Formats: sequence, C-alpha cells, structure tokens
Amino acid sequence: MIIIDNLHAGIDGKTILNGLSLTINGGEIHAIMGPNGAGKSTLSYVLAGRAGYEVTSGSVTFMGQDLLAMAPHERAAAGVFLGLQYPVEIPGVSNLMFLRTALNAQRHARGEKEASGAEFMKLAKAAAEALGLPYEMLKRSVNQGFSGGEKKRNEMVQMAVLEPKLALLDETDSGLDIDALRVVSDGINRMRSPERATLLITHYQRLLDYVVPDYVHVLVDGRIVRTGGPELAHELERDGYVSMAA
Amino acid sequence: MTALAPLMSAVPSRREEDWRYSDIAAVERAWPVVPETATIAAGADATQLIVQDAAPGSASIRHLAITLAAGARLTLHIINSGGAYGRIALDVTLQEGAHFELGGIIIAGGEQVLEIVTTVRHAGPGASSNQIVRCVAGGTATATYLGKVAVTRAGQQTDAAQSFKALLLDRGATANAKPELEIFADDVKCAHGATVGELDKMALFYMESRGLPPATARALLMRAFLSDALVSMADDGEREAAEARVTALLA
Repeated sequence: MIIIDNLHAGIDGKTILNGLSLTINGGEIHAIMGPNGAGKSTLSYVLAGRAGYEVTSGSVTFMGQDLLAMAPHERAAAGVFLGLQYPVEIPGVSNLMFLRTALNAQRHARGEKEASGAEFMKLAKAAAEALGLPYEMLKRSVNQGFSGGEKKRNEMVQMAVLEPKLALLDETDSGLDIDALRVVSDGINRMRSPERATLLITHYQRLLDYVVPDYVHVLVDGRIVRTGGPELAHELERDGYVSMAA
Repeated sequence: MTALAPLMSAVPSRREEDWRYSDIAAVERAWPVVPETATIAAGADATQLIVQDAAPGSASIRHLAITLAAGARLTLHIINSGGAYGRIALDVTLQEGAHFELGGIIIAGGEQVLEIVTTVRHAGPGASSNQIVRCVAGGTATATYLGKVAVTRAGQQTDAAQSFKALLLDRGATANAKPELEIFADDVKCAHGATVGELDKMALFYMESRGLPPATARALLMRAFLSDALVSMADDGEREAAEARVTALLA
C-alpha cells in the first residue's frame, strides 16, 4: 500500500526525519511510538502534504504512485486520510457541508458519481451514531465548541464517511477519557479491512490495548530504531524510550 | 460629510479625509453625483439590499441620505464588488428610538478600489445602530470602510456598534478601516472593532487534507467569513439568495 524509503524531511531548514523507512501493506495496522520531538507529527504532515515541510531525500510510493508529487487534496482523493492531533475549528462552515463537499470533491476527482443529499445524510448519520456523536452536532460549525473528545470522534466520523485506503491517525487517543477511547478504538477496528492500511501515531501504549497493531515501531531522532509485535509497546511502557535510543 | 451637498461642483481630492483612499481618476469619471434621499416613516420597518455590480473598468458612486423617523427601523445590506471603483456612501439620521442595521460586504480583486463610507447621526434619544462590514481583498485591490458615528446633544441613550473585519488574500492587497466617533451627549454606548487578517492556513490545510481543492477550500472559508454580514437578513429566502450571490462572486 505505502512504501516509505529513506525519507529525510524537515521544516525551516531543520532536519527532523532522518532516513525513515517503513512499508505498510493492505490490512495491516502499524503503530509508531516515540518521545516528544522524535518526528511523529512531522511524518504525518509530510505524508499528508502540509505546506512548509520539505523533503530533502527519499521517496514515498502510495499504491504505485509518487505520493510526494501530489497536492494534499489529490492525496486525499487517492485515499490518504490524516486524523489530526488537534482538529481545526472552522467558524461558519457546518460539519455536514464540509464533509459532503469533501466526499464529493474526492468522488469527482476519482471520476465517481457524487453522493446525493439523501445518500450522504445516511452515511453521516450512521457514522455519527457509531461514534456516539449526536447528529445534531454535525449541523454546527466544524469542531467549534467541541470538547477534545468530541473533536476526535468527529475525526473518526469523517474517516468513516470518506473511507480512506490509508488512515494516518496522529495521537487520536490524546485527550480522550476511557469511554471515548473505547468508542474511538471500536471505530478504528470496525474499519479494519484487507483494503485498508492504518498507521497509529501515539505516545502511549493505552490505545494499543484496544486497537491491537500488527507491528510496533519505535521512532527516535527521526528514524525507526526498533520494530516488533504488540509486545514491544508493553516493553516501552515499562522501560521507556531511553533504553531504545542506546 | 461634505459630499452630501446636492450636485457638488468640485471633484473631491485625496486631501479630504473621506476620499483619501479613493481612486480620484475614477471619481472624476463618475462625477457629479446626485445624492438619493429617502425617509423611513415613524414606526416603519424597511429592508433594502444594495448590489454594486458595475461593469468591469467602470466607476460607480452612490450617495444615499436617509432619515429614520421616530421608532423606524432600516435593515440595509450592501454587496460591493463591481467596477474599477465602487463607492457607496450612506448618511443616516436617526430620530428618537430608531434603529439602523447595516451588513456590508466588499469583495475586491485585481486593482479594484471599493469603499463603504457611513455617517450615522444619532439625532434623537434612545436610537441604536449596528454596522457589520466584512471584506476580502486580493491582488492589489483596496477595500475601505470609513464609519463615522455622530451623537448630537439630543442623542442620550445612544447604542451604536461597528465591527469591521478584512481578509487580505495577497500581499499587494490593502484594507483601510477608520472608525470615528463624535459624541456630544453624555449617556451613550459606542463600540467599535476592526481586524485585518489572512485566511487561516491550518484550516486550509485541514480542508485540503479532506479532499477539497485549494480554490474550493478558500471560497468556503471566505464565504463563511463574509456571511457574518448577512446574518441580520431576517428572510431566509433573501439571505440564501444573497449568500448564493456572494458564493458566485468568490468562484
């Protein structure tokens, strides 16, 4: 699905990713764990195409295409979804309008038929219900006045409606209480499919009790220093990152 | 405002405060300007939408002098987007207990110079006014809002508010805002605020990361920003029509 090869990237002339390589196949869930400043968010922004991040060498191939040559909205239409650590508030634009515009822009770009109002409403209602977010909240401005947990649920609602091929979830677990964590984890698990790859970016092992990854990678100073199975997350929780960096 | 005198003979110059940001060459082409006058009868409730969509390259100046009799209400909306130079000047006089509501939109691009200039005179007690002006300016365009509130000695318990916000889309674009208060009564409430900013880059990235092409994302953000000025349109159908007009202008 995605092959990241020897990626070097940074921002404002400062190198943050330092030769990162990672391959994720369809159906797999990978978790990247690492201390603050290791480059976790930078990786997600580089993959989603946020302006300001500069790739100095290396490549990213997504379903056979050069991902780095594509604009952010083209990546989305190709199937990349980034769940943000801090979802943005957009005053004056309703969640429903935003999401319907996004879905239809993606479908249009792929040459698919756009969703009718009724079809979209059905999708959005089902997603909101599954994530425990009152449908009425989707009529309000995007994320405005939402609590931290509601924002994360809303990200998952968007993901459920947009059905990406590659889900990059940047600290989706941060700011969630235990009930919300369970609901959001269920949402991720429901979307597990042979046609979808998922990359969980997280500080803590907690999320990985609910969403069990196939592989856990430890990111330190912009490179993956260790890879293992789910048990690696427990080892990290016990010993910390310092032991890994050595 | 000096320009209110009927059929002013001399073309204003940029030395005059009300015209200091104007495109004087274009003003000359539109001169002379005949002020339009109107009176809203006591207790009446009037609404009006002024659309300035003059042909590209042309100059348009409208000057409206409106008196609101006691207890009258006027809800006025402006969409100022046409021509090379477009100026809408309002001179509003409020008698006792009258209310004036303005929602103004300026959408300026290219080398356009577009202006909304208001003078609201609170001439009787207990009158109120609320002015919300939103503008987006791109290219090397200039968008200007000059808002003067004058409270006469008779204007006790005046409640006047002005809010101006502008988004600059390009480095060469300019927004001018000048609130001006002239108060001769002692029991008044006058509030004003002005901000000039840019489109929220993080919001744009967020929208693009969901699949919205950049132009669509920008238009959506701009429309949301400008729609503040249309909230005071009570009729849903009229407001939706105005929003559709704004959307078309941003496309």
